[in-house]
Amino acid sequence: MKFDKRMGNAAMWLVLLTMPFWLGWIGSYPQLGTRVIILGLAALSLNFLLGHTGVLSFGHAAYFGLGVYGVGLTIKYVTPNTLVALAVGVVVGLVAAIIIGALIVKLRGIYFSMVTIAFGQVFYFIAYRWNNVTGGDDGLSGWARLPVGPLDIVTNERTMFYFVLFFFAVSVGIMAFILRSPFGRTLVAIRENERRAGFLGIPVDLHIWLSWIISCTFVSLAGGLYALLNNFADPHDLRWDQSGTFVIMTVLGGMRSFWGPLVGAAIFVVLQDYLSTLTQNWQSFIGLFFVLVVLFFPRGVLGMLHRTSPSPGDGKTAK
Amino acid sequence: MSDFKIGRRSILKGAAVVGAAQLVAPRARAASTEGPVKIGLDDPMTGTYAELGKNEQIGCEFAVEEINKKGGILGRQVQLLVEDSTSADTGAAVQKAHKLIDRDKVDFLLGNVNSAMALALGQITNQAGILQIVTGGHTDAVTGSDCHWNVFRVCNTTRMETNSVSHTLLTKYGKKWYFITPDYAFGHTLHSGFQASLKAANGTELGESLTPLGTTDYSSYLIQAQATNPDVIIFLHAGQDMINALKQAVQFGLDKRFKIAGAQQELEVLNGLPPEARIGTWVFEWYWNQPNVPHVKEFVAAIRKRTGGKVPTARHWFGYVSTWTCALAANGAKSLDAKKMARFLQGYKLPPEIALMPNAPFFREGDNQLMPTLYVGHAQAKGTTDPEDLFAVDIQAKGAEVALPVSETGCKMKWPA
Amino acid sequence: MSQVILFNICNGLITGAFYALMALGLSLILNLSGVINFAHGGFLAVGGYLAYTLIPYVGFWGALLLSPFLTAGIGLVMERFLVRPLYGRDSLYSLLLTFGLAFILEDGTRAIWGPATLPFSLPPFMSRPLSDSFFFLTGYRVFMVVIVTVAVGSLFFILKKTRLGMRIRAGTLDLETVSTLGVNVKILRNLNFGLGIYLAGLAGTLAAGMLGLQPNIGNELIMPSFVAIIIGGLGSLLGTLLGGLLIGVAMGITAVFFPSASEAVIYVLMGLVLLVRPRGLLGEEGRF
Repeated sequence: MKFDKRMGNAAMWLVLLTMPFWLGWIGSYPQLGTRVIILGLAALSLNFLLGHTGVLSFGHAAYFGLGVYGVGLTIKYVTPNTLVALAVGVVVGLVAAIIIGALIVKLRGIYFSMVTIAFGQVFYFIAYRWNNVTGGDDGLSGWARLPVGPLDIVTNERTMFYFVLFFFAVSVGIMAFILRSPFGRTLVAIRENERRAGFLGIPVDLHIWLSWIISCTFVSLAGGLYALLNNFADPHDLRWDQSGTFVIMTVLGGMRSFWGPLVGAAIFVVLQDYLSTLTQNWQSFIGLFFVLVVLFFPRGVLGMLHRTSPSPGDGKTAK
Repeated sequence: MSDFKIGRRSILKGAAVVGAAQLVAPRARAASTEGPVKIGLDDPMTGTYAELGKNEQIGCEFAVEEINKKGGILGRQVQLLVEDSTSADTGAAVQKAHKLIDRDKVDFLLGNVNSAMALALGQITNQAGILQIVTGGHTDAVTGSDCHWNVFRVCNTTRMETNSVSHTLLTKYGKKWYFITPDYAFGHTLHSGFQASLKAANGTELGESLTPLGTTDYSSYLIQAQATNPDVIIFLHAGQDMINALKQAVQFGLDKRFKIAGAQQELEVLNGLPPEARIGTWVFEWYWNQPNVPHVKEFVAAIRKRTGGKVPTARHWFGYVSTWTCALAANGAKSLDAKKMARFLQGYKLPPEIALMPNAPFFREGDNQLMPTLYVGHAQAKGTTDPEDLFAVDIQAKGAEVALPVSETGCKMKWPA
Repeated sequence: MSQVILFNICNGLITGAFYALMALGLSLILNLSGVINFAHGGFLAVGGYLAYTLIPYVGFWGALLLSPFLTAGIGLVMERFLVRPLYGRDSLYSLLLTFGLAFILEDGTRAIWGPATLPFSLPPFMSRPLSDSFFFLTGYRVFMVVIVTVAVGSLFFILKKTRLGMRIRAGTLDLETVSTLGVNVKILRNLNFGLGIYLAGLAGTLAAGMLGLQPNIGNELIMPSFVAIIIGGLGSLLGTLLGGLLIGVAMGITAVFFPSASEAVIYVLMGLVLLVRPRGLLGEEGRF
């Protein structure tokens, strides 16, 4: 019911706003929380395309990386202004998404996925080969985030967390707004049955293209924030395994639920952090985790919760 | 519409909290005063550099054992915390560094094999005011343009490596060189170093092939190299790339027609090559077979016990020396304050039982770079006295003599007030 | 100069043959089952490591014979228990599954054989060049081309002349109809998967001789395989074969004129193909 959802949303925001405080109590550290928020934003953005429009991109790391390098290159070479750098990162991602989206929007299914992988690889390739500009395999270093006005996001981890949370909130708000609008409803219709949507006169390709652009742009923002968090730009952020990580977060948390990807990101980041300290074979466990989720929990954590709680037609899925 | 309303409200909420958070003072990082002294190792345990990271870890663990037997640091026991930085994901390395520093409150940070990660970690440790010893990243920037007062390095700069072997190549083999360079900072700086040597001796660079990292097939580059008919083909690779390149060079019979050489070489690589491909003239940063240097035999024996019989490599030594440096700095400065320890280490000479090489190595003032001995020699398929003796040392170069002077490294060290 | 170009073309065909072998296995699995096998590189590594382990017992030739079959066996088991449950579902899930499998295989090989690069020795007569001028034609590389030719030839023979092959081809076109005609589709997919993995294992054994044997030996080879399939065209094995050879030669020729772009050229080609003829050189219309 609406009541349930509002409670759920309020609870979620409460948890997020107080995160720097309770992280210490559970034996964690602030930077981990910030990382969860950023990767959660990336997963949420991917899910705009995947869970709500029904289109699988396995190359989103490319746009993440454009955001990363956009910020890094701007601060290092153009102007040491954090906000301007973020803006550049987002704009670069936006432009790339517009162009590439136009190229691939006609493809479908597995072929579409393969092409997104291939394009993702092209950007990775540019990042680690264009040595003079991007620093190549060594990454882009020698720059750092700078205070934004009176906000000391440089040494104060908490301020940095809330800075990131601010952008997260804005992005999430916009995406939620779009999904609630007629445009968002159309996307869901396309997800459910593309052919029928086409018969209804909906310009399917156009809608997919727009959804693609929105999704990629917010992923770029996440990438830009990630660069600020690390004070580093790294070609690895564009690799296909980074793309795969975003997808698994989305699936793990629940593709059909709005907050699912954030939950998935939290679980995955914490799990990886914990496992890699515990054992050097953490990669096997993560791989095993992927396998188990796919085989036994395809609806994801929130997907399972939604199933068990009463949901008398809350209009979440268009049918 | 409810989602959007809540979104807008919490934006305002968020802004208010951010405003309040400014009032909280930025975190200060004081040295620990009780419990064990913690040393954090942020090194790759998975991926391409896993073997190197693991070997460094073994060296660190052995050092910790020795340190604790001798009374620890300032009377407290030492504990080593190991985190996997991964080989390629700098974000993970950064995250682990924060974990070690913020959550585990380590007093020292060791790492990383990967040059890019070493630089990224340097920024973090500099911010937190903690002593960092770079165990294996070779890019010159670590003690050059990106140097920090709290960051020390035990492995060589690329310039030190090229300068030590150039003389041998120029006098024994000839002055016409062809370069096969891996396309990243490490390869480029090695190339520049050799170029400088060539220029000083009126030699000629016949050409250069830039190979992408992770290249599996070197045939087209080797075809080009041999077409120029050089005296020496110089391979500037490391790790897996070096193995692939050498294997193929030998398969093509190029070692019979030209001299093969390069700068940095490691025992891990020679071990990974089939015997017929163990060729060429190289520089080692430390070697286990030093019969005339005291204490080395004991070190080799001790590490052999921990590796199931295999001899230590330079990586074991890096880990060992890095960890011991922490103990020596703290005990010497009688404090865990990073500034005091860093000051103490300026010009500090390592004692022979830690140095394990001739010509006492020391940390150079002004760039915090260790000045060790470099071992120039040639690879061999199998040792005469020991099957693991895969490298025959011909010349030992003094690090201080082959390094660039501090003024030319680009290091402008800024000490805190 | 023309000699260098000739060398590079010849050499390109050799490396292209190797890429084709990798890509064919991937293509087989993709065409019939619609599964993008991210773990293909992992299986390649397993093939190489198994060969390394077998050599002391059965020699190089024995290892070459046995290792691909063993690798295929592992593939058959994994398909049966891990991939099969996902066929009815969105292709997303099988993608993620093979993704996770890739992690497990890489870490598993590291756990079993260690992170150190293992020295893989070839029979001595293969390690020498066959001629002084064509020095890059080592015995081993020629041998590799021969093996690839035999393997590819056998593959096409199986597909054209045997019952299994006919069923696979039919299934690639219309799996539903094949099923209604009484063919056990589950077993068909399983065997097809095994066949694809056999090729990966064979590629791994060959690769170990050329490159160093390390747990992530397969990682770099997966992307060129993808590109070969996209260029050659989805649904066409002959296209994949051509795609592999084409990218090998393209890389070789580019290395002569623009050495640093030799790797990029395959992506440029891929981009061109997608723009001009999205279904690939020999791909079928309306495949997707």
